[in-house]
Amino acid sequence: VNFGFTEEQQLLRRQIRRFLDDRCPLAEVRRLMETDAGYSQELWREMSGLAWVGLTVPEEFGGAGLGWVDLLIVLEETGRTLFPSPLIATTLASAALLRAGSESQQRRFLPALADGSAIGTLAIHDDPDTPGPGGITMRGTGAAGGLRVSGTKRVVMDPEAATLAIVGIRTGEAPEEIALALIDCSAPGVHAEAFPTMDRTKRLGNLTLTDVTTDREALLCSGPAAVRMLDVLESLGAVAVTGEAVGAAEGAHALTVVYARDRRQFGRPIGQYQGVKHPLAEMYVDIESFKSLVYFAAWAADREPAALPRAASCAKAYAAEAFARIGIDGVQLHGAVGYTDEFDIQLYLKRAKWVRPAFGDADHHYDRVATLGAL
Amino acid sequence: MDFDLSPEEYAFRDEVRRFLDEHLPPADRRGPGFMEAWLRKVRERRWVGFGWPEEYGGGGASVMKQAILREEMTKRKAPPLGTCIMGLQWVGPAIIQYGTEAQKRRFIPDILDSKYQWCTGYSEPATGSDLAALQCKAVRDGDVYVVNGQKIWTSIAMWSKWMILLVRTTTQVENKHDGITCLLVEMDRPGIEVRPIRNMAGAEIFAEVFFDNVRVPADQRLGEEDDGWKVTVSALAHERSGISEVTSLMRTLEDVKALARMCVRHGRPALEDAAIRRRIARAETRIEAMRLNGLRFLTRQLRGEPLSSETSINKLHRAELEIELGELALELEGSRGQYTRGGPAAVAGGRWQQFALSWPEVVIGGGTPNIQKNIIAERILGLPKD
Repeated sequence: VNFGFTEEQQLLRRQIRRFLDDRCPLAEVRRLMETDAGYSQELWREMSGLAWVGLTVPEEFGGAGLGWVDLLIVLEETGRTLFPSPLIATTLASAALLRAGSESQQRRFLPALADGSAIGTLAIHDDPDTPGPGGITMRGTGAAGGLRVSGTKRVVMDPEAATLAIVGIRTGEAPEEIALALIDCSAPGVHAEAFPTMDRTKRLGNLTLTDVTTDREALLCSGPAAVRMLDVLESLGAVAVTGEAVGAAEGAHALTVVYARDRRQFGRPIGQYQGVKHPLAEMYVDIESFKSLVYFAAWAADREPAALPRAASCAKAYAAEAFARIGIDGVQLHGAVGYTDEFDIQLYLKRAKWVRPAFGDADHHYDRVATLGAL
Repeated sequence: MDFDLSPEEYAFRDEVRRFLDEHLPPADRRGPGFMEAWLRKVRERRWVGFGWPEEYGGGGASVMKQAILREEMTKRKAPPLGTCIMGLQWVGPAIIQYGTEAQKRRFIPDILDSKYQWCTGYSEPATGSDLAALQCKAVRDGDVYVVNGQKIWTSIAMWSKWMILLVRTTTQVENKHDGITCLLVEMDRPGIEVRPIRNMAGAEIFAEVFFDNVRVPADQRLGEEDDGWKVTVSALAHERSGISEVTSLMRTLEDVKALARMCVRHGRPALEDAAIRRRIARAETRIEAMRLNGLRFLTRQLRGEPLSSETSINKLHRAELEIELGELALELEGSRGQYTRGGPAAVAGGRWQQFALSWPEVVIGGGTPNIQKNIIAERILGLPKD
């Protein structure tokens, strides 16, 4: 048993942290989140060059061939500084291709996703609040060798940045009659539209398909295999989101601890009052705990897939609930300045709004834990 | 990162499992001589004091093997490896670390053989959480210390032969942690009076202990005079990764699930109630977090780093869970949840009523949650002391 990091992993953390501190401090994040694209293509290219974008893609497809534990280190750091980029969406698209794609699909699409020249996303559910196959309603109608689809995928991550989307298609009435297919976002009939979000560092919106035809080469999986893949992607998505939530929660916590040490009222630093120090201690307990949960889930993703669903759900359920509270308490402990746009703590409160529903909220994942735990 | 065991560790785990298959019959098939035989067998294997030095009769085992042994034993609901609970938990380790050679030879074998009980004389009426402010006094008189004062919340004082006692030997100190001395005292010395205190569950486990000119030989001092705080801290700091507590909570959770399967709530099976399912899952998630936190702490121990304040994380979780699981069980039982043991109407023999009245032993006994939060805030987050 070793719940620790290797030298290489510690080096990776130092590198990414230095990169983000130097190149994208919060002032730059604030600038980027007001731009149309919402992220820096220049930084994305640099990150790709440092192999962080293709981190979990095998070397034979141009990636770094590392695992989800390593990815989590990167995500913790991007979360800590609220770094805006399509990293999670692209990584999940790669993960779907790696687990469900044919060899020719992997050869065709993975290298571009690994080197950052392509940006991927998941556009699986028409209704994102109905998880599993039930949320896929867009019907594919049937030409031989291809499916013609029209419909709107909602609350898609990074819809405008994405060049490649994995979409969910309903092929029949029975719940498992679904398929996952690859869509080129520049194809005719594909329209992306992002909408204003609470957390401006995260872009979300619709991907609308109008009479788009997918050929056999675009089909990733169908039927029960597609249902199983949905479950895997839900787990991996939950792990990725929780990984960023660990860093973001630590960022919010660190800001609040510093404020509590510096701010004086009634002649003492407010951090001396138990009414302030106890919530800060509770935040620490929660962050350390969902950090442990999510690292185990990442390890399971790499090494013990059977343990992944429960591990991912424990992590996401805990994080969604706790981080929401951390954002709110962080603002509250800052007092009136926490309410201002100028102080950064509010950015973290907004990040918690993105974390909560992404790949299932706390109730959803507690339900999953209950079912997996034989209830 | 690796959550697997090494081949040698797997082999040891299998050895423990085989031992349990052979020597641990189900609870209802354990004959009259079982406990004695059990204690003898685990002692023969040197599993009692498994991590203690071999020269004093311990097992000299690695941290990892100790954790495996504890986990396997708890999983199978095995009886304790010894009945001298406090001796095995902290008195023994403190004597090994600070005792004279004569003290080690005198006390360690008896603790390993569970010959008699030890109790812990730390808390006083005016000093609960603020332990270092203790007042019970000892004055040196030639070869003896003369002790006067009072202790309270001393668990099993009435059944103990020995006490590990903290006294104040110097009153004029700048720092209250100075001037404290640790003594090892026979409970039958003249001048000691024990008065049991009944707890809210109706049991008499802890007691008040009064000292009236009790004379204790100076060679029964543990560590240096006025330096007893160090001994206490090191004893309390024999912090463990808490893996057996996790296994025990898991077992309680399984029992709550079993209860939920047979209970009806608001006219429907309790398991159809989403709120109940989520509360159980939430508890399960916290226990899983404790397990993994424990593995992180264990990793630190394996790297030779001592554990300290971070173990407060799991103490806070445990405190919350001990209360929550009892409350959850009572809610599942509904109106009948009010009936206690001793009557025919209690659900499950009144087990959960007892459970729901017993959490203070853990939640308050090991340092209250508010104290744990102070520890985290001040020692880990660096917030100013209040």
